Amino acid sequence: MSVGSRFAAVLALSLSFAAAANAATAGWPLQQAGTDVSNLASLQRGARNFVNYCLGCHSAKYMRYSQLAEDLALTEDELRASLMFTGTRVYDTMDSAMSAEQGRLWFGNAPPDLSLIARSRGPDYLYTFLRTFYEDPSRPTGVNNAVLPGTAMPHVLAPLQGLQQPRFETTRGSDGKETQHLVGLEPGSAPGDLPAAAFDSFVRDTVAFLEYVSEPSKARRQALGVWVILFLLMFTTFAWFLYKEYWKDVK
Amino acid sequence: MAAQEAPAGTGRLAALGAWIDARFPMTKMWNEHAAQYYAPKNFNFWYFFGFLALFVLALQIVTGIFLTMSYKPSATEAFGSVEYIMRDVEWGWLLRYLHSTGASAFFVVVYLHMFRALLYGSHRKPRELLWIFGVLIYLALMAEAFFGYLLPWGNMSYWGAQVIVSLFGSFPVIGEGLVEWIRGDYFISDITLNRFFALHVVALPLVLIFLVVAHLLALHEVGSNNPDGIEIKKTKGADGHPVDGIPFHPYYTVKDLFGLGVFLVLFAAVVFFAPEMGGLFLEAPNFEPANPLLTPAHIAPVWYFTPFYAMLRAVPAFAGTQVWGVLVMFAAILVLFFVPWLDRSPVRSIRYRGPIYKVTLMVFAANFIMLGYCGLMPPAEPYKTLSVIGTIYYFIFFLAMPWFTRIEKTRPEPVRVTK
Amino acid sequence: MSETIDKGRRQLLTAATALTGAVGVAFAAVPFLSSWKPSARAKALGAPVEIDISKLEPGAMLKIEWRGKPVLIVRRTPEMLERIGNHDDRLADPDSESSKQPDYARNPARAVKPEFLVLLGVCTHLGCLPQNFFAPGAAPTVGLDADWPGGFFCACHGSKFDLSGRVFRGVPAPTNLEVPPYTFADSGHIVIGQDQGSVA
Repeated sequence: MSVGSRFAAVLALSLSFAAAANAATAGWPLQQAGTDVSNLASLQRGARNFVNYCLGCHSAKYMRYSQLAEDLALTEDELRASLMFTGTRVYDTMDSAMSAEQGRLWFGNAPPDLSLIARSRGPDYLYTFLRTFYEDPSRPTGVNNAVLPGTAMPHVLAPLQGLQQPRFETTRGSDGKETQHLVGLEPGSAPGDLPAAAFDSFVRDTVAFLEYVSEPSKARRQALGVWVILFLLMFTTFAWFLYKEYWKDVK
Repeated sequence: MAAQEAPAGTGRLAALGAWIDARFPMTKMWNEHAAQYYAPKNFNFWYFFGFLALFVLALQIVTGIFLTMSYKPSATEAFGSVEYIMRDVEWGWLLRYLHSTGASAFFVVVYLHMFRALLYGSHRKPRELLWIFGVLIYLALMAEAFFGYLLPWGNMSYWGAQVIVSLFGSFPVIGEGLVEWIRGDYFISDITLNRFFALHVVALPLVLIFLVVAHLLALHEVGSNNPDGIEIKKTKGADGHPVDGIPFHPYYTVKDLFGLGVFLVLFAAVVFFAPEMGGLFLEAPNFEPANPLLTPAHIAPVWYFTPFYAMLRAVPAFAGTQVWGVLVMFAAILVLFFVPWLDRSPVRSIRYRGPIYKVTLMVFAANFIMLGYCGLMPPAEPYKTLSVIGTIYYFIFFLAMPWFTRIEKTRPEPVRVTK
Repeated sequence: MSETIDKGRRQLLTAATALTGAVGVAFAAVPFLSSWKPSARAKALGAPVEIDISKLEPGAMLKIEWRGKPVLIVRRTPEMLERIGNHDDRLADPDSESSKQPDYARNPARAVKPEFLVLLGVCTHLGCLPQNFFAPGAAPTVGLDADWPGGFFCACHGSKFDLSGRVFRGVPAPTNLEVPPYTFADSGHIVIGQDQGSVA
């Protein structure tokens, strides 16, 4: 394939992807995560959730436990007791026990690292994703997801949420073909350990934690910004008076 | 007593100055370019942006140097090294945000600076070369930004580079070889990344510095223009200086200091509270590492390139090749070089021009912004049609300029500057 | 021309602006200069290292890396310990007054527990790794004669150290081998890089 036609193909690909993306995001509306990253208690709960349910497969390889301790106001003992597996040291990064090759072997796709997932996908996406798994016998994991159809991820939180059932609607296209669309999710017959509101809270805390992990310096950045801008306003005021004083000379 | 003690220190300083001046044109340069450089006294808001551009250039160089101390230009380590800077390096997050925000600020300032030229005729004789150096700076800046954007090795970095480098493939005969030569490999790879790193960190900054010095020398050679577009050197006072001129130092140093303060407040607001700018300055897909097997849902260049991207996409394929869109995009930048000769108005400043230029220039600015917006959007309606209209208008503005600037009724320029 | 320029006001405003500007520049310099401090990764890689010494035989030596340098851990036998007391007159600094070691290693054995010697394997002359020659007596191939009490010998330029890492007189090395901070996590584990009695 010549480079010229490859360029044309890439353009066409980006066009079609854009169109497809529009269709996909238009398919399932994202709910607002409602996270509060300044709430340390929420972040601590989210950290515990992450370690217990996610870290087995997903690493957060750019996040150090020591940074976690500092930002979440945890002592090293609390860190070791509830968040760190034996053998990890406090300066270590949050690596998963599962390697990428194992992930690819067992799931088809290596579970992605989650250090930056909240910045690349957004908290609303993550919140909705974790809450819209449903039963689908045609999938190897037995579940599918409304936000990411065909996901290789199993429903890790099924014990807490229960297994939702899908509700489909059949529409007839212009070509006469019938297609099924997912239009809703219903609670399944066996409930999970958490009632709906508590489960949402659980997911919210976890997403808040992921938001924090994607940018640990954010709180410091914003706090410092206030002082920087106040200082600059003071400087600008002095500069203004100096400017006006000298320009009395002009004209 | 007091009179005897006071000058002792200054006497030594003055002696040092004299020693240097006998060997290096320090005071001479200071006078020529600051203390005795007479600039028009009626500079307004639009005249802040030249100095601000110089400031942002210095900021980008300094933050860039410090980022280079921790960044690793290899395909396996680049993405991780950026996160290393953001998390592990002390204050690394600030260095990164200063640099990423600085890049966008550079273009905001440069676009406003270029617009000022079109407003007041700063491109007209005898400042044609000044303008040309400016367009060269703009070109070098776009290349610098393009090379820099690959360095984080995010997924948008990768695919943006893929699309833009592939553009060159649409040239007949040489296209395929050219693309391979640019990449140094059969695909955008570690080799491409390493060479873009060298260009971004060493080559283009040197080119930019050289061009900025040339730009300032060209400016000082003929003197600054002003909002009335008249030559202040035509009316000199008894002391040999233009009556409407004031020494750059202290009057404009002090005014630029104030302008810098205002700029820094706005800049700090972005750096500390909105460095991503809703995905315009730091694009969301770039927080995922480069993945040759997964195109982002929506490839868009960074906002400052989008007007030209819209023009590229507006031109359909003819005779089985996409090269026309590429040529139109290049032509849009090349046409800028000719503006000093396209503009045939007897007056310089918009204040004394006729209604046609006034209207067409304002529409040009709005059109450029609209094109930019279309370039950000997916290639669907209404953006497709708007891009076509916008591209056509862009070229009509320049190509019809020799005609409408000549025929319109202008007002007489004043002899002395007005407010 | 202009009316009288209020020089005082100009000086005051210039000073105020210049001072604020200078303070601003100083504040702005802090992130750049601080970015040179060891990063979290450097601190992680340079973090204390825990070594299992439970399997170390008496008279044997372990060599591990900490902060890019070799650390030598010797389990001294009672016989070796006897050989560190009787040659102070041949040592340049028998009381470790000018050498680098933590306070708890400022004794003839240069150790927390005399049985275990912990040293940085960096010759204080020009940084080579000294080799262990623990056996007393002559070793003609390296120029050690019959009164050699056992210790370390640096092959680069011939510096000699005793079984506590103390330097002999008349060799190029100026001071005793450095003892890094270390502590006993328990009887079978030493943590290099962490001081005795402190918590990480």
